[in-house]
Amino acid sequence: MEAWVFSNIVVAILITAAVGLTGVVLRSRMWSNAFLSLWRRRRVAIIAIGFYVLVALLDSVSWVGGEQFGEDAVAKYQAQSILDRAFAGIRERSYSAPLASVEFYGGAPLVHPGRHLLGTDLLGRDVLHLALKGARVALLIGGLTSLIAIPLALLFGVSAGYFGGRIDDFVFFIMSTLASMPGLLLLITLIMVMGKSTFSVCIALAVTGWVGFCRVSRGETIKLRELEYISAARALGVGEMRIIFRHILPNLAHLVIITFVLMFSGLVLSEAILSWLGIGVDGSWGQMIDQARDELSRDPIVWWNISAAGSALFGLILAVNFVGDALRDVMDPRTLREGE
Amino acid sequence: MLAYVIRRMAYGVIVVLGVLFFLFLLFFTVTSPDDVARKALGERVPEAVVEQWKVNHGYDKPLFPEPGAWTDNMLVEHYRRMLTFDFGRSDADDTPIADRLRAGVGPSLALTVPLFTFSLLASIPLALLVALFRDTYIDRMGVVLCVLAMSVSILLYIIGAQYLIGRLLHWFPISGFDADPRVVVRFLALPLLVGLVAGIGGDVRFYRTVFIEESNTDFVRTARAKGCGEARIMGRHVLRNSLIPILTQVVLAIPFLFTGSLLLESFFGIPGLGAITVDAINGNDFSVLRTMVYIGSLLFVGGQILTDLSYGLVDPRVRLE
Repeated sequence: MEAWVFSNIVVAILITAAVGLTGVVLRSRMWSNAFLSLWRRRRVAIIAIGFYVLVALLDSVSWVGGEQFGEDAVAKYQAQSILDRAFAGIRERSYSAPLASVEFYGGAPLVHPGRHLLGTDLLGRDVLHLALKGARVALLIGGLTSLIAIPLALLFGVSAGYFGGRIDDFVFFIMSTLASMPGLLLLITLIMVMGKSTFSVCIALAVTGWVGFCRVSRGETIKLRELEYISAARALGVGEMRIIFRHILPNLAHLVIITFVLMFSGLVLSEAILSWLGIGVDGSWGQMIDQARDELSRDPIVWWNISAAGSALFGLILAVNFVGDALRDVMDPRTLREGE
Repeated sequence: MLAYVIRRMAYGVIVVLGVLFFLFLLFFTVTSPDDVARKALGERVPEAVVEQWKVNHGYDKPLFPEPGAWTDNMLVEHYRRMLTFDFGRSDADDTPIADRLRAGVGPSLALTVPLFTFSLLASIPLALLVALFRDTYIDRMGVVLCVLAMSVSILLYIIGAQYLIGRLLHWFPISGFDADPRVVVRFLALPLLVGLVAGIGGDVRFYRTVFIEESNTDFVRTARAKGCGEARIMGRHVLRNSLIPILTQVVLAIPFLFTGSLLLESFFGIPGLGAITVDAINGNDFSVLRTMVYIGSLLFVGGQILTDLSYGLVDPRVRLE
């Protein structure tokens, strides 16, 4: 299957899942209250995240063909996303400042004067377009990594906490082994031995990131296991698997959501560091920052590339951090007393 | 007490052995010595040259124990070398790894020890101040500033500082290092500043949470009821009782002072262990990378044991058994 077909299917699945989850949330009083109070506290941040998600989705739905590419034969026969189509055919020859009508070095007139809100880069690509495209990469890194790390952490953490004994010893040993290696070094090592690709970056981030959540879910499971309703279920003859899936996992759901949001910003920031080391993901903001680094030593300096990538990265991380904090206050009763 | 120390150390040894096994899996099975040789020599070299390279670097034995080679294989060899600190020669340029490590520790410590000290000296008082004004605008502003500071990528801090302070204002050199104690300060000023600013948001927020958690306890309320001043409560009751989480943070950070800072060192041209690691990444030098991970985890396990033991010193309620 071609990559763009797969990407379209993923978008369809994601939208279906989002609609389904909204239904579940609306039916449960507890969840809808939690999200309502989250919305009241962090309206701007949630709208900002929504914008990033929308841009990422627009960049994920793609198809081949179309009229807007004109003479560009390469673009014509490649899959182009909605976002690419919106920015199609406005390429320049080299650097131009935001909203400029001439090239930055030399002053030759631009092909499309005034069309580049954030200027163009060395190859004449529109910087706004590139910065918006980074949203998809960032969300992909955060999402795919969490999709690997969270189930893994739940599997190990819950089974260790619930069954105890040998299983617990084994999981605890794995956790302390992984935790004792310096995080960034382990991350780099994993990517180096697996080879550089988006998928191996996500795997490496997942391997280094799941330990923290595994520890939390293990601790929470140990606490839940001792509660009366679990003993009641066991006394009624409910099977182990059913207890785990019906009585323990739903009570870890709030932790999963909080961890996901708090983990997310760390993952995207780590990817930026990896990009600088040359082992990041293509098209990410980290890579834009890395490529723009030398532009600051040009004379006169090219500042719009690094500003655009830096602000886009900062905006997403800031919004996610704010929402993460509020989410923890809303959903985790342990920290509720902090506000008292 | 002694039994606890011995048991704790035995577990530490087991973890280190586990780390070594994990490293063996990564460096000898996920990527094979053949891959490493080809990366060092180039793709288009004859098989004989690859074999010779493997012999020279001691990678020519069977991987796992098998009949006829129960002790003479890579797995046993890997454990033997690492546990006796015989790191051998670099895959990329054949220099002894131990020499490079020895040369790198000094510059790394010159950067990380002051950085660590200044961060602690700055973030704990700031966090105390913010916690003292909890639930006021000062507190809220403080938290928002922390989140803002945390949301900027460290790359931007580094690039921004080099451009603004190094290139525009010419206060300090942009990068470089000199071991001469009279000039080293000039070279370290910029990385120290960047490290401090990049880390302070997260630190202040963490310590603030610790202090606020502690100031919700009964003995703090009692102290307040007796008419104890807020500043005195913070200093005497809250700070002293928060030492356990602070100590955990601090002692666990100490081992990593030795491994240096990857980003700061390579951006600012400090020839420490972090810069050596970055060189190893760029040069596909797997042996150096492997050694760095091993040393890092060795230090971490050691630091963890020290933390556990020091609990008993700070908190008389903790009995080590």
